[in-house]
Amino acid sequence: MTSLIDVKNLTFSYGIRKIYDNLSLTIPKGKITAILGPSGTGKTTLLKIIGGQLKPDLGEVLYDNINVHRLNRADLYELRTRMSMLFQSGALFTEMSVFDNVAFPIREHTDLPEEIIRIMVLMKLEAVGLRGAASLMPQELSGGMARRAALARSIALDPELIMYDEPFAGQDPITMAVLVKLIKHLNETLGVTSIIVTHDVTEVMSIADYIYILSEGKVISSGTPEELKKSREPQVKQFINGEFDGPVPFNYPTEKTYLQDL
Amino acid sequence: MKFNKLEFIVGCFVLAGIIAGVILALNVAGLTLNFNQDTYKVKGYFDNVGSLKLRAPVKIGGVVIGRVSNIYVDPEKLTPVVEMEIQVNYNNLSSDSKASILTAGLIGEQYIGITPGFYDEDLGSTYLKDGDVLSDTGSAIVLEDLIGKFLYSLQSSGDDSAKKE
Amino acid sequence: MGLINSLGRWGVKKLSSLGRATIMLFYSLVGKPQFRKNFAQFVEQLYVVGVQSISIIVVSGLFIGMVLGLQGFNVLVDFMAEGALGQLVALSIIRELGPVVAALLFAGRAGSALTAEIGLKKATEQLTSLEMMAVDPLRRVIAPRFWAGFVSLPLLTLIFTVVGIYGGKLVGVDWLGVDDGIFWSGMRASIVFSDDILMCLIKSFVFAIVVTWIALFNGYDLIPTSSGISKATTNTVVQSSLAILGLDFVLTAVMF
Repeated sequence: MTSLIDVKNLTFSYGIRKIYDNLSLTIPKGKITAILGPSGTGKTTLLKIIGGQLKPDLGEVLYDNINVHRLNRADLYELRTRMSMLFQSGALFTEMSVFDNVAFPIREHTDLPEEIIRIMVLMKLEAVGLRGAASLMPQELSGGMARRAALARSIALDPELIMYDEPFAGQDPITMAVLVKLIKHLNETLGVTSIIVTHDVTEVMSIADYIYILSEGKVISSGTPEELKKSREPQVKQFINGEFDGPVPFNYPTEKTYLQDL
Repeated sequence: MKFNKLEFIVGCFVLAGIIAGVILALNVAGLTLNFNQDTYKVKGYFDNVGSLKLRAPVKIGGVVIGRVSNIYVDPEKLTPVVEMEIQVNYNNLSSDSKASILTAGLIGEQYIGITPGFYDEDLGSTYLKDGDVLSDTGSAIVLEDLIGKFLYSLQSSGDDSAKKE
Repeated sequence: MGLINSLGRWGVKKLSSLGRATIMLFYSLVGKPQFRKNFAQFVEQLYVVGVQSISIIVVSGLFIGMVLGLQGFNVLVDFMAEGALGQLVALSIIRELGPVVAALLFAGRAGSALTAEIGLKKATEQLTSLEMMAVDPLRRVIAPRFWAGFVSLPLLTLIFTVVGIYGGKLVGVDWLGVDDGIFWSGMRASIVFSDDILMCLIKSFVFAIVVTWIALFNGYDLIPTSSGISKATTNTVVQSSLAILGLDFVLTAVMF
């Protein structure tokens, strides 16, 4: 199994708050890798570090054996043409239609004539089932449609890697099912490597090839969905079964006890 | 070429700005589009140039014929020198002409007034040409001097009347 | 000690903002220009920043010129010097009011809009997503807006100035009866193109750089929340107004 991304001994902190402490993980090529963890563990931060938007304090991120954070600006932008990210909010450009949104990366990075761009865009929109919504503006879309449109945009240039940031958050069950199917489908047909960052355990269990569970800046467990389901580790069990209290405490840590505070 | 409304409006905007600039230049600043502004230079020595400034007008009887191009002190004679650029179409000025520094109104800007001299070849006068020096000059009137003189004359007349008594 | 500490901290914070602002401007303007791709953006921003500010500029210019005509006439008529009205109106508008008031209005109208727009793009992750699409937001989003501001404000200032002078003429000549010829000739005698009008333009270009820069940076650097956006928008108007007035003094002292 060849790896596309190697995260080695990554340490990252926002001010004094340590987000990652000596984190290492591997993203295999052509597979769906899920990164699970409770909210607030900085899973989005990890994606931003992989994309070179944030610099780690220590450690390195190798993308196809290229150290992402050693690149200069121009090379970093060059590298980013090979990856793509689906944002939680969709991040569609509000001033242009769905069609133009999807066409945007193609127009920016290629000199293709407008007829070919049209064919490409319609193909991508068809893949996410939004060909009929091509002329709508982003504000006319529902949350789920916006996310699908954003997905069409992120696959516009056939990237090697798609990073999904909380793709299922705040979606109704039907949309979730659609997204799950889409992610799976894209992975199978285009062979893209996918990283899904999420806390929606059930959805991701059904499609992920490999899962990392993060807590307090470290990988607490990893394995295929089947392995994790059988896991006896209390933290893993708490997360996968969704128990409100356990090794991951219900209360945000404080110095003082409740009584002292009162 | 497809008509693009946005581009058209922006074009109108830029054009409006440029037209405004042209109006300012022509109508407000009175910039004349006279490209053959050929001039010749003459200079004159003055005892005192007062508050004459660069680009002050040079006039004959109130009509502008040129501008002051340089004011400096002659390093040898240690007297102020004023260089003027006079338009070439006024090329028939006698070298006997007098240049004086005058003031427009009581508190106005200072300018150079030229009083044309007579042209008489027998007396050796020539037309002014580039690089000539105007020998006949009248310096600026300095207000303090004027007041000083006035006070002095008042005083002396007062003395006279005192003697009479 | 506490005061010195907090003063120092404040200074460090402000200086780092200035540093970030400079880096932002540097990366948006330096490098191989992509005229073909960015020209359409530039034209679009000229429309948003420039054309949409025309109405406020024209109306304000007209009223300021009219007020100057009226006030100037009332003062000058006491000295029997109504003839100097043209000079008064033109000089004050060209040298001071034109560049300054146009820039202040521009900061309020276009600057705040730029901040809010960039801020909203940042808050909705549009800037981040551009980066991930390997499109540099500095060059794709910031640069065209900067150039549009840089070109728009001097054009708006010229329009403001002309409208203002005609506003003064409307009141002075057409209503109060100052002689038309004296009005214009007095003006022409006192306004020198290479001094007054060029200085007006230089001031205006400087203000354009400063206002657009402040507006874009406040948007680019804000905390992506609704209160962050409103604070940044206010900051844009306050900072650019102060910068305009301060720089106006400096430029006037240096140039005249």
